[in-house]
Amino acid sequence: MTTSHMGNIVEIKNLNFSYQNGRKVLDDLSFSLNKGERVGITGPNGAGKTTLFHLVMGLLYPDSGEIRVFGKPRNYEKDFSEVRKKIGLLFQDSDDQLFSPTVEEDIAFGPLNLGKSHEETKAIVRYTCEQLGLKGYEKKITHRLSGGEKRLVALATVVAMQPECFLLDEPVTGLDETTTERFLKYLKEHADTYAIITHDREFLKDTVDKIYVLKNSKITAI
Amino acid sequence: MHLEEFAEGNSFFHRLDPRVKFITVIPYIFVIAVMQGTKGPFSALMISLLMVVFSRISFKKLIGRLIVVNTFILILWIFIPFSYPGDTVFHIGFLKATLEGFLYVLSITLKANAIVLATIAILGTSEVFYLAHALVHLKMPDKLVHLFFFFYRYISVLHEEFTRLKKAMTIRYFRPKTDMHTYRTYAYLIGMLLVRSYERSQRIYKAMLCRGFNGMFPVTDHFHLHKYDIMFGIVMFTIIFIYILILL
Repeated sequence: MTTSHMGNIVEIKNLNFSYQNGRKVLDDLSFSLNKGERVGITGPNGAGKTTLFHLVMGLLYPDSGEIRVFGKPRNYEKDFSEVRKKIGLLFQDSDDQLFSPTVEEDIAFGPLNLGKSHEETKAIVRYTCEQLGLKGYEKKITHRLSGGEKRLVALATVVAMQPECFLLDEPVTGLDETTTERFLKYLKEHADTYAIITHDREFLKDTVDKIYVLKNSKITAI
Repeated sequence: MHLEEFAEGNSFFHRLDPRVKFITVIPYIFVIAVMQGTKGPFSALMISLLMVVFSRISFKKLIGRLIVVNTFILILWIFIPFSYPGDTVFHIGFLKATLEGFLYVLSITLKANAIVLATIAILGTSEVFYLAHALVHLKMPDKLVHLFFFFYRYISVLHEEFTRLKKAMTIRYFRPKTDMHTYRTYAYLIGMLLVRSYERSQRIYKAMLCRGFNGMFPVTDHFHLHKYDIMFGIVMFTIIFIYILILL
């Protein structure tokens, strides 16, 4: 997919963010993600890794600082609808991501919101299921799937929107080897820009070119 | 927890268009509710029973539901006969049970069962998702439909959360007793459940925003009226019309 803007997908400058209880998690943080980059973000629990992703998606707002996505400043709710169309965020807990009764309906939710027709959506659902090895899962009830299956379906719901970039929040935590392999295979073959939050250094070695550590409100490349 | 145990099946009622179901079941319930005496409610109970037979739902599960409903009604059988004026049938001490009282509570019992059976046979045989979908088509306010749908969807998640918390209590040898410790623990359990579900709802909303949610649910399948839908509608409205004529 080609994009009109120059390399930078996400560009964050001098960002400050504190929780409601006043604890500061991001202090004057700068970070960027370029097209074609595959990065990993690691760091202690509660360091603000998830917060960073949520700020990029406009689910949280910073105290101060600049967030540019696809070359444009994003300050208000309306600025973020384009971001949400083109960046796919995978949540830590798949139960938060899946809310439709069947797998098929859940995968269709995003494409339909993007204005795709019913025929197009059906084709996307079929194609996405094939890509992720979820053929035959279309009519299954989402909340009765196993943990690993839920994670793959959650990924499918994000993939179905054909994003230009993925933000993956602990995508393989709690997954068995086979499911992790399937996840990896998909990323390697189909995704060219992504940021992964994980504590699994081994997994990072295989999947990313660059690792950042978010610690004590600062982010540093290692 | 399985909330749609009657929705699995392939009877005439399972195939009916959910829109037709709503349009017919609501006035049907309404006329039953305003009926008086015992003859009308009895005939309605027979009609509802017939629907249940046609819907071919599991009799065992149905009895389970009916027991719950009739437990509440049982309480009425204890109180109403003694508090209704009329001819005395028998008395316990100074309490007089009246014939009118018995007939009145019988009428309530027949009506309640007729309504429950009809609701299970007609609405229970559709999946909640399709019912919500039908409500959208019937121009119900979106917000109410969402509320109804999410209430259904997350009641099972809540139930899971509850079981998890309860397990956490059990493995630390918690046994409910009649003391402050038990009450406090239950209060914590409920409080925790509230906080957790609130937080979960926030996360779900965020996930929906990320997928372009704009306050509307797109629907993939659309309903089509069949001949049997129209036939069912005609039969139901004839019954409702006859009842209205009798009531007048």
